[in-house]
Amino acid sequence: MSGFDYVITIGGAAGQGIATPGNILARLFARLGIHMYAYNAYQSIIRGGHSFLTIRCSDHEIRTHGDVIDLMICLNQDTMDRHLEHLGPNTSVIFNSDTIEPGKAADGVRLCPMAVTEIVGKGANKLMQNTVAIAVTCQLLGIEFKALEDVLNFQFSAKGEELMAMNVKVAWAAYEHSAANFKPASQQAPKPGRPLAVWAGNQAFAMAAAGAGVKFYCAYPMSPSTGILHWMAANGRELGIMVRQVEDEISVICMTVGAAHAGCRSMCATSGGGFALMTEGVGAAAMMEIPIVIVNVQRAGPSTGVPTKTEQGDLWQVLGASQGDFPKLILAPSSPLDAFQTIPEVFNLADKYQLPAIILSDLLISDETSTIDPELLDMHPLIDRGELITEVGDEAGNYERYKFTDSGISPRALPGIPGYEHVVATDEHMPDGVLISDEYTHPHKRRAMLEKRQRKMDGLLADLPPPAIVGDADAEVTLVGWGSTAGVIQEAIGQLAQAGVSVNHLHFKWLVPFHADEAVQLLSSCKRTIIVENNYSGLFHRYLRGETGFTVDGHIRKYDGEPFKPHHIVAAVQEQLEGGETLSVPYEEIIV
Amino acid sequence: MTETNALTVLQPKDFKGKVDPDWCPGCGDFGVLSSLQRAVSELGLKPHQILTVSGIGCSSNFPGFFNSYGMHTLHGRSLPHASGAKLSNHEMTVIVTGGDGDGYGIGGNHFTHTSRRNLDILYLVMNNQIYGLTTGQISPTSEVGMKTKSTPHGSIELPFNPIASAITNGATWVARGYTGNVKQLVSLIKAGIEHKGFSLLDVFSPCVTFNKVNTYQFFRPRVQPLEDIGHDASDWKEGIEKAMEWGEVIHTGIFFETNARLTLEEQEPVLDEGGPLAHRQLGLDTEQTERIVARMM
Repeated sequence: MSGFDYVITIGGAAGQGIATPGNILARLFARLGIHMYAYNAYQSIIRGGHSFLTIRCSDHEIRTHGDVIDLMICLNQDTMDRHLEHLGPNTSVIFNSDTIEPGKAADGVRLCPMAVTEIVGKGANKLMQNTVAIAVTCQLLGIEFKALEDVLNFQFSAKGEELMAMNVKVAWAAYEHSAANFKPASQQAPKPGRPLAVWAGNQAFAMAAAGAGVKFYCAYPMSPSTGILHWMAANGRELGIMVRQVEDEISVICMTVGAAHAGCRSMCATSGGGFALMTEGVGAAAMMEIPIVIVNVQRAGPSTGVPTKTEQGDLWQVLGASQGDFPKLILAPSSPLDAFQTIPEVFNLADKYQLPAIILSDLLISDETSTIDPELLDMHPLIDRGELITEVGDEAGNYERYKFTDSGISPRALPGIPGYEHVVATDEHMPDGVLISDEYTHPHKRRAMLEKRQRKMDGLLADLPPPAIVGDADAEVTLVGWGSTAGVIQEAIGQLAQAGVSVNHLHFKWLVPFHADEAVQLLSSCKRTIIVENNYSGLFHRYLRGETGFTVDGHIRKYDGEPFKPHHIVAAVQEQLEGGETLSVPYEEIIV
Repeated sequence: MTETNALTVLQPKDFKGKVDPDWCPGCGDFGVLSSLQRAVSELGLKPHQILTVSGIGCSSNFPGFFNSYGMHTLHGRSLPHASGAKLSNHEMTVIVTGGDGDGYGIGGNHFTHTSRRNLDILYLVMNNQIYGLTTGQISPTSEVGMKTKSTPHGSIELPFNPIASAITNGATWVARGYTGNVKQLVSLIKAGIEHKGFSLLDVFSPCVTFNKVNTYQFFRPRVQPLEDIGHDASDWKEGIEKAMEWGEVIHTGIFFETNARLTLEEQEPVLDEGGPLAHRQLGLDTEQTERIVARMM
């Protein structure tokens, strides 16, 4: 890759304040107009463990944390011991030489020992070693001190003048020490450009919902979905959004359904375990025909699984969520920006077709921190609530909530309007809402109402864009993916092209309803199809085969909790092209 | 009935639903339904102003027999559905109806937390101490020794005490009625609707088909209205004491009530002005979105 593309890692124990230097560097790069993508490998622990934050920065947009490490900041001995031996030539290693011993390094690794006590002074806050490390990083990359000073002042402004001044002073001392003693980094930061914004994946989901007019958000804390709750709670009052944390995920979804029925656009989010509890509510929304949006941020399962690790393991859970056969919308956005731009449309579709919409995210998307062009942050999307009755009209007194229509869509009257009184029921019912479940069940009425609901799926499918192949139509290989793997597949395709292998990309976002005919047509035109999934048994492939009857040629699967890196996919494709392998399971090099 | 003239006084029959109840002849729930119809007409409420929410069970079929907006939701989940609806449109009168199994068994967690949350909702529980719709198994309020299809040798679990639980969990109005005392029941329902905050009204509503112990004959000599014995409902300790009594005398009436706590709606600044959330304009203004983006820079 030509141009600036540099990977910084920060390792330490939970509680050592990795988040702060991470945030400082993220904002620093963003303000300089340098693109940034950060992935944090961490554990479900408050103090201890090993957290390893990877911050990749570049002069062009990036969607993965990359393949290499160019600079490592060790906040503890453990980080040094775990990773030093994996580092190649020209990697810079910054560490506090008062407390950390370097191990055996490969030739060309540039050790940057910092005697922190000497620089900071005795008795200073232990977290000062983080400021020292950031200052050295900036100096090595040739970033002007003023840029760092501004971000430090911003970061510590809430904590008082004294701490602010102290951090700047320490940073300057470290910056000077670095200039005098260390060789510049293997790459130098580009000249400052137009400033970028910084966001976290979950924030993109929350912002999109707020822009789309969500007025009710409900959740029970569960990693890695909690970031959505935090953003909503921090901003809800200012934006007029009711935000509630309640007793369990069953209550979460039922409150969401109740709020939606009464008229608010309503959303909830959770991870797989919480979604399992919500399951019955998904069917309730479908049966009562109440529009809700549910975000399931997948983590490695089953059961409690690995709460802080990523996986695309919940596909069949959401496909099968709730008993019975009923309409629902399921999609898996490919990035925070994709989620941000798609979610308003999801609300419109849920409203139009009066059904539950499930958005499958995963830890990789929801937990990422990245830069985003502020020009892309349009928070005034088109809002279309579909056939909604909000005031008295001609049908007063004769209103049928579940009226039979060709589209299957029955105009929905909000509670509170005189003359439109009706009951919505989870029991099967007639157009006027009267149950046919208990007394005089009637096969013809049951069939008619079920078909009315299901007809909505025809209109919905027609509203969804069909899948498309990105890249050279005659490519030797087609990589098939869904959801969060889009970024890493794209980067792998770039690397494969440089190696002389022509690869294109077929990515699926809209999963239910599914454009099966178009998918078969596209897949049949491909020379060799290899599907990339973050799970063990090829959950999406099984779905794709079920919908299309098409069987792909090869599989690349990863299920160790860590996301794919581009070179994992590159090596797997080459292995399958050369050796005739049909299943590749990449080896994860970074042990956290 | 679509006339919405505010001066029209509606009669109990105006609150009759689209179909007649499918309850067994003699079911205690008939008395609760007619008492609610009388209570809302006496309060001058209109069908469109009321949202009746239920779970699943015999008594949860209630919304279908009552003319108002209604939600007939999932087993045990009436309270969260109702809570969401109330927060979405807090101008509606929200009445939750259901049974003891629905509310105190499968919905027990929601009962606990809705009690402390103090939304302005009336929770009307038709307590028959049995599972009827599933043809007769013990419920959370069945007495020790009760023989049912699931306890052929008699229940060995202590019954749940809804009154004492509601008081300790923070409900601000807690009462018990008896379907055989309609006069008291109507007045309790009216008081429960008018109380600002979470109101539990547990009503003895005998199941004539499956509960051969807690019958009208059982209750008639035992029920004693608290208003007849000079109970101080402002004292939660006295309320719990009365709730724990079960034997020759079983109390009905208001066990506890307080106006000292604000409702959740009153405490929630988002609802301060602008009317129900459900009626507000969707989307954000430019000032709001510019602020959000500025914080990201």
